[in-house]
Order: sequence, then C-alpha cells, then structure tokens
Amino acid sequence: MALQMAVLGVILYGCHGLLTNTQANLAARNIASGFGFLSLESGMPISNSLLPYTPADTYGYAFFMGLINTVFVSVIGIILSTLLGIIIGVARVSSNWLVSKLAEIYVEVLRNIPLLLTLFFAYTIVLAALPVPKKSLMPLAGFFLNNRGIYLPRPVFEPGMAAVMVALVVGILGAMVIIGMARRIHDRTGRVIPGFSLGLVTAVVLPLAVFFMAGSPVTMEHAVLKGFNFRGGLVIRPEFSALMTGIILYTAAFIGENVRSGIQSVDPGQINASKALGLSQALTMRRIVLPQALRVIIPSTTNDYASLVKNSSLAVAIGYPDMVSVGGTIIGQNDQAIEIIAMWMGVYMTINLFISLVMNWLNSRVQLIGR
Amino acid sequence: METATLTPLGLKTFVPRPDKAPPLVASGIIGWMRINLFNTSFNSVLTVLALAFLCKVLPPLVSWAFLDASWLTPSPEHEGACWAFIVNKFRVLMVGLYPGEQLWRPMAVAVIMGILSVVTVARKLSTRLLILLWYTLPVGLFFIINGGFGLPKVEQSLWGGLMLSMGLAVIGILLSLPFGILLALGRRSRLAVVRTLCTGIIECVRGVPLITILFMASVMLPIFLPQGVNINNLLRVQIGMILFSSAYIAEVVRGGLQAIPVGQFEAAGSLGLKPWQTTVFVVLPQALRHVVPSLIGRCVALFKDTSLVIIVGLLDFLGMVKASSQDPKWLGYDAEAYVFCAFVYWIICFSMSRYGQSIERRNQW
Repeated sequence: MALQMAVLGVILYGCHGLLTNTQANLAARNIASGFGFLSLESGMPISNSLLPYTPADTYGYAFFMGLINTVFVSVIGIILSTLLGIIIGVARVSSNWLVSKLAEIYVEVLRNIPLLLTLFFAYTIVLAALPVPKKSLMPLAGFFLNNRGIYLPRPVFEPGMAAVMVALVVGILGAMVIIGMARRIHDRTGRVIPGFSLGLVTAVVLPLAVFFMAGSPVTMEHAVLKGFNFRGGLVIRPEFSALMTGIILYTAAFIGENVRSGIQSVDPGQINASKALGLSQALTMRRIVLPQALRVIIPSTTNDYASLVKNSSLAVAIGYPDMVSVGGTIIGQNDQAIEIIAMWMGVYMTINLFISLVMNWLNSRVQLIGR
Repeated sequence: METATLTPLGLKTFVPRPDKAPPLVASGIIGWMRINLFNTSFNSVLTVLALAFLCKVLPPLVSWAFLDASWLTPSPEHEGACWAFIVNKFRVLMVGLYPGEQLWRPMAVAVIMGILSVVTVARKLSTRLLILLWYTLPVGLFFIINGGFGLPKVEQSLWGGLMLSMGLAVIGILLSLPFGILLALGRRSRLAVVRTLCTGIIECVRGVPLITILFMASVMLPIFLPQGVNINNLLRVQIGMILFSSAYIAEVVRGGLQAIPVGQFEAAGSLGLKPWQTTVFVVLPQALRHVVPSLIGRCVALFKDTSLVIIVGLLDFLGMVKASSQDPKWLGYDAEAYVFCAFVYWIICFSMSRYGQSIERRNQW
C-alpha cells in the first residue's frame, strides 16, 4: 500500500511538472489552448473531400473531412485487402507449384519492404507512366485514365430510383428469411434446400425487375475533355489510387499469410474423413476446412485490420488529405498540437475499439462451443 | 521366372527381379509437371495463365534491369535502367551528407556492426557476452560517428541515408527492449496503480499510428520540457521510436511471461527466492527465450518503420532516395532509385526474418 502511494505520488508530481512546463511554454510561445479553434474559419483547401467543402468552412469541419477520408480508405482497404489476401492465401496452399511459388514471392517481397516505399513507388512510377489528359488512355468507352486521375461515368439517379432501392432492401431481407427457413427445414427434416442460391436470386431478381419496370431510372454522366482537363463524371484522384494500391497490396500479403496458416492448421485427417463421407470438394471447404481455419485466421487478421487503419495515416506522405494530413496542416497554422494529437488518438482508439468489438463477436461465433 | 541362388548352406533364397522403371510420363520432369502443374483441369488453366503472365512481365523486366541497363556511366542511348544514377549517388544514399574526409568512420562502424551480427548469428560467443557486447559496443560506435574523444564533431543534421535508418533501428531496439520488459512486468504487477499506468501506456501507444507518435515527439516534446532545455529533432524522433517500439515489445514479452507455468513461481518461492529474484533469475530468462523469434519480427518491423521519419523531416535511407530522385541534375530516375531502395530493404528484412524462422525451428535460444 505504501509503495502504491509512493508510485502514485511520483506520477502525480511528474504530471504536475509536465503541466507547469506546458503552461509556461504555451504562454511563452503565444499558443492558445482549448478546442475553440474548431469553430474558426480554416482557410485551407482540401483536394479530395467526400462531402462538399470550401476553405470558408471551419477547422472542425475540415478535420471531419479528414476523418471521413480515413474511415473511407480504411473500409475500402479492409474489404479489398481481405479479398486479395484470401486469394493469395489459397494460392499459397495450392497444389499447383507455380501458383504457390508466385504467391510466396508476392508475400515475401511485399512483407519485407516498407509500406511507405510501396506507396512512393505506386504514386511516382505509376503516375509518371500515365499520359497527360489530352492523350488519355481509354480502356473502355467512357473510362479515361491520365495523370490527373481515373475518370468514370457518374450515375445520375432519377426519381424512380427510390423504388429500386426499396426493392433492393426488400430483396435482401427476403433472401435472409429464405436462407433462415432453408436452414430450419434442413435442421428439422434433413432435406437439403438450396437456400443460399434461392436467396441470391431473390436479392438480385427483385430489384432488377423493379429497375426495368421503372424504366431504367439511371443515366450516366460521362467525363468530357474541356480545355486541359476533363469535366464531369466520377473522378478517382491519383493520390487516392496510389494510397489504396499500396495499402491493399501490403495488407493482403499479411492476410494471405494468416489464411495460409489457418488452412494449414486444419488436420489433414479432417479432409480425408470428409472425402470418405462423400462430401464434395466445395462442401468440404465450406463445412469442414473453413470453420476450423477461421479460428486461427480471425484473431491475427483483427490485428492486421487495426494496422491497416493506422497505416492509412501514411496518406500524409503522398498528399492525400486523411485525418493526420489535415490535422498536420492545422498544427502548422495555429500550433495547437496537443489538441489535434488528442483528437487523433481519440479517433484511432475508437476505430480500433470498434474493429476489435466486431472481430471479437465474429471470433466468438466461430470458436468451438464447449459442452 | 524368378532367379534363385544357392547360399553356402545349400538353401535356396528368393531374389525378386528389380522393379521396372516407372513409365516416362510418371517420372522425371514430365511426371513432376503432371503432379505439380497439370493435376486437374483447373490447375492446368492456372498454370497456363501464370506462364502467360510471366512471359509478359519477365522479359521486359530483365531487359530493363540487366540487358539494356547502363551500369557505370549514364548513356542516353540506353533504353533500360540507368544504374549509374545509383553509383553516382551511392555515398549520399548510404551516409547522407556526412563529410567525405571522415568517411572512414561510418565504414569502420559498418564493419564492426557487421562482425557483431555475424558473430551473433554464428553463435560463437556465449549469450551473456553477446548481450554485453550489444549493449556496450554501440555506445562507442555512436561516439565514432558523432565525434568526441579527439575526433572532430560531425553535426547530426548531416547524418542521413542507410546509416541513419540503421542507427535509429539499432538504438531503438536496444533501448526499447528494457523499457518493454519493464512495461510488460508492470502490466502484470499486483500494484493497481502500476498496472493501470503500464496498461494505459501500452494500449494508448498501440492504438495510434507511429506517425502521430513522431508528430508528438517532434512537436509536443519541446512543449512538455522545462524552458531552456532543448533537444534536437533526431533525439526527439529517436525517443518517439523507443516509446512506440517499447509498447509493442511489451506485448511480445507479456506473451512469453504468460507461457511460464505457475509451478515455476511456486518452486522459486519455496526455494526462498524473493519476488524480484524469481522474476530476474527464473521467469525472465525463460520468457525471453520463448519470444526471441517474435522479437526479431519486431526488429524487422521497426527497421521498416524507421522509413516514416521522412515525414518529420529527417533524411533516412528512403528520404535520401526520394531526395536524390528529385535532384535537378538527375531527373527521371525514380524507378531506379526506388527499385534499389526496395532491394536493400528487402535483403536486410528478409535475411532477418529468415534468421528468426531458423531460430524458431531449431528452438535454439
């Protein structure tokens, strides 16, 4: 008890010293404190904002733009790197020697090079290889590729689209009901009903039917070359493409390794037994290998997702305005580093907490249920 | 028509004829290909696709990097890579702006560190002596680079390149190891205050990106210090690195501590060892042995992470590569610069992780 008190005393004394130093330094350097600056006009431009933003907006709103960029990059990165990671991991355990070697080379190269270098590489080399807007590449009609970005046709929704959206939601809900019913019937009677396929058909056919009944209420706005650059359409900026490319390639290497070790952790006897029972290859994978592999895959992949979110902060190095990049600019303007860093920490901790909550829930569903 | 031979005792022994050689399509290279590349129709398609990909990618790559490359002097008529750029910039990439007449100092340090690494990997010395060497030699080497004891001082703003990356990583790992162990022990402490404090530090640091820690070290640290105390940017960044790395090492060490069976504690206690003696002489040596492979993994990660110091304005290896590729006299060699940089990082990180794997397999420590 006395020891604890002593430790507490030392910590409190340290905090007090830190506080007085900080106050003295802030006063000496004429730096304001508190979060009042968030409602001031920022005056800084943001090149890639998902919502409408002008320099006349406040610092708080500018920071929020960075925050949603971070979340946007993280969500897309997690989805795509998971897909690529699964492909890499499955290729790694493939019986095809060439495919497995190629996957191994991919993993060993990407894992042993700093992500920042991969980002610079994607940004500099790919950008330099792309032509100027006047000589844009056109891989598909309406799609343009040049050093200002990737230009896609932008869908413009007309009023009938609301009905299609409702149909989509109804279709998905219906699919969930059908899958649930199929499972219950299977559990009760043992009859196999292709619930997943039926559900998929419902979720696709219903919205499509409504879409055509409403007379295809979507038109495509194409990008048009005007002067030196394209106008209109949907544009993906090179900073964003480079950041996504780098993050996805890097994280997929790690997720691929998780998938590989997960699949290899399944006892071969399980697969032999499943074959002996006459299960097809697909069913063996889905019912025998995957549920057991996931127990190994999920915990380590949770860490990789958390790293991905943190790695998205490297956006600052190639000029994509994520939260760290925007916050860094704010620090440069008003020197209020303590507040900004506290906000960064708060946001990253919240995102990571959210990821671990979701993944822990997923993990508890795949774990063995002891009797 | 089995042959039978007579043994000295006059008994017949059955001698089977030698096996027939397997058919040509099942053995040798064709058999190998049938088993490993074309065993199912799906795999055959994959193999063909992969071969097509390799045929498309490899020849231009090889001719760019080797056949058409210009090696020692830049020649504009060459289509391929201009490695002369790397040759020309080599000194800057390795040691930054370190003065030319003092070059022997980084070279000597590199040789000594190389010998130390080889001796460590070859396990020619006892573990205790190795630890002693790793914690004393770098101090001397720091003064060789920095100056002092008769050597002229070289300003830290002139340090850069691979030397800086290596220095940040080596010092970062060496110093974060003791801090990490302390944090890990603190997290398992019976004292609630210590436990909360250590858990808080570890989780806060692990929850945020390294960049924010580096920003904090380079912007906030001066605000926290008493007025009049100034520390330079390099030291601030190094402190940030150590803080960051300590939190991760603490989690690795905690894994090792949890692997120690409770019987070890009880046995040590019944022998009359005090808690600190139990920790230092019984628990830690076993726990650290368990986690050596993961610690090497952390070394690789920290070495890769040193590349982030470019964001707070230090020119490490990657920073120097980027700066050199923007030199107006040598524009347009980004690809060569980045490929070389990737190659060097890869060699270092890959050999470290292979070393870690070999330790894990042999369970050597």
